[in-house]
Amino acid sequence: MQGAVVPMSEVEPGCHLGSGCGFPAPDASIFDIEPYFGNFTKPVFLLLLGSLLIIIFFLAAFRRPQLIPSKLQSIGEMGYLFIRDGISREVIGKDGDRFVPLLFSIFFFVWIGNLWGIIPGAQFPVNSRFAFPVGLAITVWCIYMFLGMRHQGPIKFFTNMMFPPGMPKAIYIILAPIELISNVLVRPVTLSIRLFANMFAGHLLLTVFTVAAFYLASPSVIGILGSATSFLMTVIFTAFEALIQALQAYIFTLLTAVYIAGSLHAEH
Amino acid sequence: MVDLLADVTITGSLGSIGYGLAAIGPGIGIGIIFGNGVQAIARQPEAYGVIRQNMLLGFALAEALALLGFVAPFVFGA
Repeated sequence: MQGAVVPMSEVEPGCHLGSGCGFPAPDASIFDIEPYFGNFTKPVFLLLLGSLLIIIFFLAAFRRPQLIPSKLQSIGEMGYLFIRDGISREVIGKDGDRFVPLLFSIFFFVWIGNLWGIIPGAQFPVNSRFAFPVGLAITVWCIYMFLGMRHQGPIKFFTNMMFPPGMPKAIYIILAPIELISNVLVRPVTLSIRLFANMFAGHLLLTVFTVAAFYLASPSVIGILGSATSFLMTVIFTAFEALIQALQAYIFTLLTAVYIAGSLHAEH
Repeated sequence: MVDLLADVTITGSLGSIGYGLAAIGPGIGIGIIFGNGVQAIARQPEAYGVIRQNMLLGFALAEALALLGFVAPFVFGA
């Protein structure tokens, strides 16, 4: 490596291998984008645009439902059935049907937020800013805590949670506090960090390979080979990101369903 | 020996080493989860839906630990 690692903000244009400047390694500063005006930043804009797109798409698909569905309605119904049969009925059961609109909204909201990461022109996953997954996780936390207290009773909910049946008595001394902490505190933290860190890491990885492809492009054998390899890796990891983004949206929805199911019926 | 160790000052990204250590456990865990998941699907292909769902659930729970290790250097400073 030549020279020291330069922060992204101080890179001069035309910085290539052999021109005497070190590799400009991307760091966390690539996530700090100048706001358009006031506090209105790119992620906020993409979030609003994504929500609008979802609303328009499903309004167009479901506004006049036909017995013989149109093409658009078929696609919308596939999405709906995927959430209802694949997640809600498998995890919660028949009485989970009233939560399908919630799960449906969460899935498509998270997915489109993630998808912005690989859509050319946007290329910024909304959920790589920590505040957005945190907001979603707090919403989910409020819902499952409220449902648990309403369906099992305010005190019974916590005792059911802390004392799962079928254990030797002495175990409860250790198990009860662990269960309480993991259900009330750790769940929302891991739920938000899982989504955030996946998008954060994915975006950073794509940036590393993109910057490397640009930096290594220089008139030498190593430069050309390295640049071509980095570009190929960018393409491969973009495809990999598309998979991860859908998977994370699915996992977020699945865990929401699991938490709701746990609040509706105590373990027995 | 003790003096020598005390004199060594570590420079560079300690966070990377921390992430490497944090990834060992979840790496083994995810390997076991998917290994057994594939085996279960091979033995009982008709239960594919349920097995895949639980496999992804277990994967998500194990993966969270590695991701905590990834985020920690950014939170606490490298």
